Amino acid sequence: MRFGVVQFPGSNCDFDAFYVLKQVMKQDTVMLWHKDHDLQNVSCVVLPGGFSYGDYLRAGAIARFSPLMREVKAFARKGGLVLGICNGFQVLLELGLLPGAMLRNKNLKFLCQYVHIRVENDKTAFTRAGKAGQILRIPIAHFDGNYYAPPRVIAGIENNRQALFRYCDADGNATGEANVNGSLHNIAGLMNKEENILGLMPHPERASEALLGSEDGRVIFESIVRSLSSRRSVRAKAAGKRARHD
Amino acid sequence: MIDKKVLDEHNLTEEEYRRIVELIEKEPNRTELGIFSVMWSEHCGYKSSRVHIRKLPTEGRNVVQGPGENAGVLDIGDGQVLVFKIESHNHPSYIEPYQGAATGVGGILRDIFTMGARPIAVLDSLRFGPLKSPENRAIMDGVVSGIAGYGNSIGVPTVGGEIYFNECYSANPLVNVFCLGLARKDKIFLARAEGIGNPVLYVGAKTGRDGIHGATMASAEFGKETEHKRPNVQVGDPFKEKLLVEACLEVMDRGLILGIQDMGAAGLTCSTTEMAAKGGLGIEIDLDLVPQREAGMTPYEILLSESQERMLLVCTKENVRKIQEVFAKWDLDAPIIGRVTEGGQVRVLFKGEVVVDIPVEAVVNLCPAYRRPSQPPSRLPSAVRMPLLPVPADIEDVFFRLLASPTIADKEWVFRQFDHMVQTNTVFFPGADAAVLRIKGSKKAVAMTLDGNPFYAALDPSTGAKIAVAEACRNLACVGARPIGVTNCLNFGSPEKPEIMWQLEQVIDGLAEACRAFEIPVTGGNVSFYNDTEGVSIYPTAVLGIVGIIDDVRKAVSPGFKAEGDVILLAGENREELGGTEYVRVIHRVETGAPPRIDLEREKRVQEFCLKAIDAGLARSAHDLSEGGLAVALAECAFHSRGPVGCAVELDDPIRPDALAFGETQSRILLSARPADLDRLTGLARAAGIKLSAIGKTGGADIVLRHRGRDLVRVPVEDAYRRWKDSIPRFFRARSKGEA
Repeated sequence: MRFGVVQFPGSNCDFDAFYVLKQVMKQDTVMLWHKDHDLQNVSCVVLPGGFSYGDYLRAGAIARFSPLMREVKAFARKGGLVLGICNGFQVLLELGLLPGAMLRNKNLKFLCQYVHIRVENDKTAFTRAGKAGQILRIPIAHFDGNYYAPPRVIAGIENNRQALFRYCDADGNATGEANVNGSLHNIAGLMNKEENILGLMPHPERASEALLGSEDGRVIFESIVRSLSSRRSVRAKAAGKRARHD
Repeated sequence: MIDKKVLDEHNLTEEEYRRIVELIEKEPNRTELGIFSVMWSEHCGYKSSRVHIRKLPTEGRNVVQGPGENAGVLDIGDGQVLVFKIESHNHPSYIEPYQGAATGVGGILRDIFTMGARPIAVLDSLRFGPLKSPENRAIMDGVVSGIAGYGNSIGVPTVGGEIYFNECYSANPLVNVFCLGLARKDKIFLARAEGIGNPVLYVGAKTGRDGIHGATMASAEFGKETEHKRPNVQVGDPFKEKLLVEACLEVMDRGLILGIQDMGAAGLTCSTTEMAAKGGLGIEIDLDLVPQREAGMTPYEILLSESQERMLLVCTKENVRKIQEVFAKWDLDAPIIGRVTEGGQVRVLFKGEVVVDIPVEAVVNLCPAYRRPSQPPSRLPSAVRMPLLPVPADIEDVFFRLLASPTIADKEWVFRQFDHMVQTNTVFFPGADAAVLRIKGSKKAVAMTLDGNPFYAALDPSTGAKIAVAEACRNLACVGARPIGVTNCLNFGSPEKPEIMWQLEQVIDGLAEACRAFEIPVTGGNVSFYNDTEGVSIYPTAVLGIVGIIDDVRKAVSPGFKAEGDVILLAGENREELGGTEYVRVIHRVETGAPPRIDLEREKRVQEFCLKAIDAGLARSAHDLSEGGLAVALAECAFHSRGPVGCAVELDDPIRPDALAFGETQSRILLSARPADLDRLTGLARAAGIKLSAIGKTGGADIVLRHRGRDLVRVPVEDAYRRWKDSIPRFFRARSKGEA
């Protein structure tokens, strides 16, 4: 099992994601350079936060053209796990791997603060270590996190239960006040239909150590680790069966 | 022909011109004159302050690099060093708030990574005029957005700072930006040219016409017409700087370069001449090789441009290719534009001709130093007695008004626009007494604070300066950190006014005395003069940036109450001191009288007690008493608790109730502790020789402050919190509805 953190020019949470995966979660983790065409056999790709290419045009709009994105897309289409955090979420939207777009926050200001998000479904690769209805306290830090999609797309998202996390208050109510950036349906985290790609505006890597104020973000990393180990054991079993049949 | 008019345009005196001619043994051409004009400006040459700042103590056990380089360097053990500095960007931020503040951040970041350190924290000290004015709100909004726009993008957390409001800053906002970086002690780089014949490389953004004479602009008073100076303000590109940080740190880490200097004020001129001067060598550059953003630039413009995000490197010939490969990886060019030469001349070629040929020593080190006339004001503000103030009947109402006073009110509206968590080191967020960052891979943490109450200094500059040092150290003590070094940003009006020079002398005397008392070296800083608009000067504003170390980050303490039923303790003594307080200024509209007294020995004992209490794990919270005094400090401890946790406190000091509640007597710290630990704390206080009083308990939903059997304040925490929380956002909400 190996994690890969993609480094775009202008990424600034790349080292943070790397640190948590390697030092806190104790996982084999590598940096993936955006100009390469090699995913180095990783089993999960993390697109980190930051301002890729300065984000002067539109957040994530240039990063989608980075050479490595060809491999990331192919990896995702084959069912590989992809986690996009903050700018990484924005890149996933620009890549067309997730539906919708990000608008400026409703108050037209950058927002850096703790928020509460609610786990909507604990049967996914990203939440299996948590519980449905669980409330996580995780910080956000973004200017463009106001999720938007046309009504038909939103309806599809809700039908397919793709909204994996919603902004809520401390008691778990997805209220307007708790929806700090103005996202439609309080969406903080969104999956694709196949449930192997997650875009997340809050930063779980900033909430993985008690010293820094919260460990709630570990639920997401732990879920991925568990999912990957069970996949591996499934694959190992399958390989074992094949071996016996031969 | 260089006449009086040309000299005026270059802000040089005839006397200075004569000195130039003498030093370079010829009449300078226009380009050479331009070089002297920026390098001998107040901003670059420190000509009015140099003789005074020499009085500051600069030596200490931990000092690896004192003043004179891009930033100071302190040893923190384990082969690691802290690199830090503060700088002002006041004038540009008034003319163009967003870009002025943004490039202020960009500039100080370059000072830090130029030394080989990765920037890990930014703090800002800001001063604005009252928020009831739409102009002041626009300036504040622009400055805050600018700091956010640059710092957030580049990924360096803005972890703290301070903001004061006063009329004197209306047309003179102050933007002082502090940055701290972390480096390996054996990987520190200096701005020094080495090795005759070695190539000089230019990296980063292309050179344009922006910012020409920025340094000269910052060295003169503003009149009514500042609009035309807007083009003097540079435009920042944080993305480019992010690439520069990564590429520079990579070539440094691989040991590929010999010397490096950023192009800040005075751009290419300053970086080339300073590198040559520090190496005791000469330098030659060819302007045709300098990447340019626009065609037709003259040598004068290329040399004096202050385009941002540019650096100059010196390396051996063998390493040029490897360096260029690293920069290419980050999509940056690194062309050779010149070489290090023998003989100490700076020579500049343009289209095959020598356009500049002058000795670097004259440019860099022989700028005249003035001991300008100084004279105390005819009537010292502190000598003007305060009028007899009536004790307000309703202390609670005063309490609410002070909580809503912007200087005291919650600054979250500002801080949540800053990414204060990126790099995942931030242990305490803005709002704590000091910012605390863990150092990955060790148990240690670094704590930082900026302090500079301008109201005390306005009444008595020397006392104000001493209090600024004392308060900064006290803030560090409150989180459990021992101070190890200081940087300062001294903001004043025009040095051509004798009373301003008197203020400077007084401030420096105060700083020197206090830094010696705390045994903390000053490793660098910045002096910003000419903070006058239309003849009105700002208050003398000395901002202290003090850095401290916590040996075990798990012991760090925050200001909020931790639990109900804890005992509340006050270290220090309550005196009847109202001069210079937020209370008399906001409630009684009085700005005279003497500021609070400061006894540095007593202060040290109080801080030593606090540090020992925290180290022994006895203090569950600690918070210093500053603007708004005891009542406001109690409220802040309640606001910062998770809960919220109220408090009930009773005192019987024989002083006026308003002085008890809101007086700003120095050397006081509010702590909370488990009742079982009270005896041990009392023992520590006795050993330290300070007064420690158990004044109440935490708990309940109210903030209660009683004096001699009478309620001064009894209000729900929630009500007080709202007043404090909503004050600043309200000003900006009103504006967005167009109600200004």
